[in-house]
Amino acid sequence: MYDQALTWWTFFQISINERLVYRFDFMLGTLMRFLPTLTQIFLWWAIYDVVSNEAVVAAGERPDGEIAGYRYGDMIAYYLMVIISRAFSSMPGLTSGIANQVRSGEIKKFLIQPVDMMGCLLMQRIAHKLVYYLVAALPFALVFYLCGDFFESGWPPVNVLIVFFAALVLSFMLGFFLEACLGLISFWFLEVTSLTFIYMLLNFLLSGHMFPLELLPTEPIDLYLFEINIRGMVDLLPFKYLAYFPAAVFLGKIQGPELYTGLAIEFAWVVFFIVLSRTLWWRGVKRYSGYGG
Amino acid sequence: MQPSYIKVFLTFARNSLVRDMSFRMNFVLQCISSMSWAAMNWGLFKIIYQFTPAIGPDSGWRENEFFVFLGTIWIINSLVQTFVMVNAQDFSELIRTGNLDFALLKPIDTQFLISFPRINWAQLANCFLGVLVVIYYLRQLSLEPERDIHISFLTVLAYLFFVLCGTIIMYSVMIVLSSTSIWLGRNQHLSSFWFYITNFYRYPMEIYQRHGIGWALWGTFTFVVPILVVSNVPARVFAQPSPGASAWEPWEFYLACYTVVATVGSLLVSRWVFKRALLSYRSASS
Repeated sequence: MYDQALTWWTFFQISINERLVYRFDFMLGTLMRFLPTLTQIFLWWAIYDVVSNEAVVAAGERPDGEIAGYRYGDMIAYYLMVIISRAFSSMPGLTSGIANQVRSGEIKKFLIQPVDMMGCLLMQRIAHKLVYYLVAALPFALVFYLCGDFFESGWPPVNVLIVFFAALVLSFMLGFFLEACLGLISFWFLEVTSLTFIYMLLNFLLSGHMFPLELLPTEPIDLYLFEINIRGMVDLLPFKYLAYFPAAVFLGKIQGPELYTGLAIEFAWVVFFIVLSRTLWWRGVKRYSGYGG
Repeated sequence: MQPSYIKVFLTFARNSLVRDMSFRMNFVLQCISSMSWAAMNWGLFKIIYQFTPAIGPDSGWRENEFFVFLGTIWIINSLVQTFVMVNAQDFSELIRTGNLDFALLKPIDTQFLISFPRINWAQLANCFLGVLVVIYYLRQLSLEPERDIHISFLTVLAYLFFVLCGTIIMYSVMIVLSSTSIWLGRNQHLSSFWFYITNFYRYPMEIYQRHGIGWALWGTFTFVVPILVVSNVPARVFAQPSPGASAWEPWEFYLACYTVVATVGSLLVSRWVFKRALLSYRSASS
């Protein structure tokens, strides 16, 4: 037990140092990440001008119209909060990394050494993320300070903040185990690029990365053969916890008992994907055969 | 002996096609993947237009006009990705590995040689998609009773001309960006640069024409790095004038003329930067 913990701690330290090497590059990259937000601000400004009172727009004030319950400030604040959610839940290179290790046979080292691959990868990710928050804190603080005006209702109450942080931590776990499962599928199909692509597409579309999920139609849409309720379907999928849920919690879009049921469902999804990744790993390793050196 | 640039280009094109066709499944998947990103983009604006009749009051960018704009962007984006992107990335790699030596030694213009060796045919899929979208929404526009859209041979010619201008401007931007890797040693962020830059030209320029920051962005991306005219001018040829007006307003004509100047200018600047960068090239290892 102690040895196990020590191994993980070592992995953790190595990964921290590895990441700190490029801290300046990191900071610049983080600032660049906010450039699209700049266009979002102007795009939505133009859109909200159309749906607002003409008098308000003519006076040059902030547009007062609402779109799906979002005022102009909320909308921009939403996009900013989604960047935070994604800073926790996105796992660049995890799926392809695992798939590459399986394909190249590098995975053998985990079969021989008494080290758990998932645990090792998890430690690496935690370390990378921690360094990222450390280095990115400055640019994030700057941007949020400059954009503070968009957060019209200010800081949420303490209990909401706690749920928000819990949701962020869970979204990290969810993102990690979901993408790890995708990577482990490579035990069966060596090439998972197209699978990763489908996942990226679904994630982008259904996680609320592109727009608040409230914009999706709530009425069932008739597709001739069957009816589909897009909003209802998206609520049943795990994707929305990767971007939409934490952001919506922070902005007060989710209130009352739904805060806690949402969190519970997110937790259930995390457990589901942990179990799934374990199963995939055991069955995959049984199937796996390595040849040569 | 002067090399025949057209022949060399055709050889490049054929080689790339042969190469693409030897991995046919991959080719099809690439087409599907770029087309689904485009479709998603379309879906996003389809959703936005459920909530608003237009982007910007009195700007004339209602649904049909905007989708002509969007189709135009797909066409230009796909042309750039087909002909320029891979090569710009390869150029960075040539510099890092020192393989640029071989390009410098060949008896042909170096900028030409590094600009076109690979053509990513799969990316052309979006170009076809863009053409379809432009045609479909132009037809929708022409069915609107309050508009009288006349698409003459001349309009089509002007549209194609400005699409070409736009592509050339984007090519120049990419050449300048990738040339910087000679000084930086490596430019890993080339594709993210591309993403962030295209992010600004994806919307009608009217949205920037307000507030100090907006005007600053508009000025920068019109006069310093002229990418706003890349998408806006060709799209306006088809989708504007706004309802009621029957022809372009004077400023639109000035903008169109400026686009031609900007095209020639950015081509010259990119050529100059490229030559300057080559002077600083030190081969890596041996």
